[in-house]
Amino acid sequence: MTHPLQELQTTPTPVLPGSAGSPLLPGTARTLQALQQLAGFARQVWQRLLPWLVPVGLIALWQIASSLGWLSTRVLPAPLEVITAFWTLTASGELWTHVQVSAARALSGLAVGGGLGLVLGLLTGSSRLAETLLDSTIQMVRNIPALALIPLVILWFGIDETAKLFLIAVSVFFPIYLNTFHGIRGVDPGLIEMGRTYGLNRWQLYTQIILPGALSSILVGLRFSLGLMWVILIVAETISAQAGIGYLTMNAREFLQTDIVLVGILLYALLGKLADVFAKGLERYWLRWHPGYQAV
Amino acid sequence: MTTNSVTSERRGEPLVLRDLSKRFGEREVLRNTQLRVEPGQFIAIVGRSGCGKSTLLRLVAGLETASAGSITVNDKLRTGLSDDTRIMFQDARLLPWKRVIDNVALGLPKDRRADALKVLDQVGLADRANDWPARLSGGQRQRVSLARALVHSPRLLLLDEPLGALDALTRIEMHRLIEDLWRASGFTALLVTHDVQEAVALADRVILIEDGRIALDETIALARPRSQGDAAFAALEKRILDRVLQKPARETFTNPHDDAQPLWPGVPAHGLRWAV
Repeated sequence: MTHPLQELQTTPTPVLPGSAGSPLLPGTARTLQALQQLAGFARQVWQRLLPWLVPVGLIALWQIASSLGWLSTRVLPAPLEVITAFWTLTASGELWTHVQVSAARALSGLAVGGGLGLVLGLLTGSSRLAETLLDSTIQMVRNIPALALIPLVILWFGIDETAKLFLIAVSVFFPIYLNTFHGIRGVDPGLIEMGRTYGLNRWQLYTQIILPGALSSILVGLRFSLGLMWVILIVAETISAQAGIGYLTMNAREFLQTDIVLVGILLYALLGKLADVFAKGLERYWLRWHPGYQAV
Repeated sequence: MTTNSVTSERRGEPLVLRDLSKRFGEREVLRNTQLRVEPGQFIAIVGRSGCGKSTLLRLVAGLETASAGSITVNDKLRTGLSDDTRIMFQDARLLPWKRVIDNVALGLPKDRRADALKVLDQVGLADRANDWPARLSGGQRQRVSLARALVHSPRLLLLDEPLGALDALTRIEMHRLIEDLWRASGFTALLVTHDVQEAVALADRVILIEDGRIALDETIALARPRSQGDAAFAALEKRILDRVLQKPARETFTNPHDDAQPLWPGVPAHGLRWAV
């Protein structure tokens, strides 16, 4: 690592007097400078590519192993096969329908569970009475893993959409509830006092001071919930579904189509990442006043 | 600095405290305090940490209720928060999620945003109107908080050590600004401070609170604007400072609204010179 650094320090010295003093070679300094810039650019590209070296190498190894028959397609299909399966599913429109069904399930579960979590969190955060009445109950229920409810949920709702919605709603409820509650309790009381002395009414206090003050915490809850949402969706979709990514993969498993199973897994990963990017975008927009979230 | 303020048509209010007492549990923070403030007067309240000066200010603001006695502002009994009184806090208490101009316009009807910009201009920060408060320096934040108070045209302005956390140069700048705006608007001002020099620089009267009572009420007759290098200024400052330091510090009790922490950890309170 010392070599390029030394180069960086020593090369400008011959260039500078050349550009300043010698009229014989007017272009040399510029050429040298351009070369230097090029070298710097190449270094930058190399730095960017370096982290991808290992994953790309592994995939190449995997492809070679599959092509040479060392790896059975029953264990792992070749990367190219996965891409082909992805492409045929996309071209037929099948993929899109399944993604739509899954996303609709996940988002409606989030809307119901997250909405309830937000409302109850706001309520218990703002009112001592609501906290005394509700909080300990919610904390008790919180400790039940949502997935443990599956047998009961199937008894209650059967195996159709309601059961899946219920499972997702229950699991996303708690992160949003808890973080909303703590966000509201964490709002600087000095700011609330200031708002009161400046003549804000209750509604203004709520919308201009308490809610924005709690927002960063609420968004943390949302990000937790989004992560959980996909995990629960995967499990919920394995309970007899007629459509969705889970159905796609379970179906493919029956026919030993490992390539489609892999497509399904990758889709989950992709959707999860997408949700996280979306939540980060919300943070960056809503918390743009916050020095910690300002774009660099 | 513009001296033509939006608030100039309103005058300050007289303030009268009668037998004012405040207890927190067993502890009596203020005892039978009497004070009469003329309309438009600038009063500085000095005293050691925990002497009850901040409590006095919070009582006048309507943020606390008196245990006994009464506060009348403009011949009306003060029972709670009031629209003609504004308070400037030691920490500027700007809302970090609102831009500077929206902080100044806090609690104003929408059609008065132009006034907010005008007052922001008076404190010299019109060009920072669309910045986030996190981007401002401590002195700029206090100037925004001053603008936020003044845009409501208060007739009584309460200043709770607003300059305590600023550096010496910024403080002197802020003294000028506050004095100018006070002279232009004519509100009654009540300033709580640790800094005797600040008190002498700004106030018509300096009041020392000791053990919950008014121990000194000194009229400052120096011409304005006052120069700190002036001999009369220095003599007055020394006299008041000596009086503040005359009584050895008692065990500092903790008042939730007065910062009673020692300035440096490990140094007992009486080992320090207060109010310098």
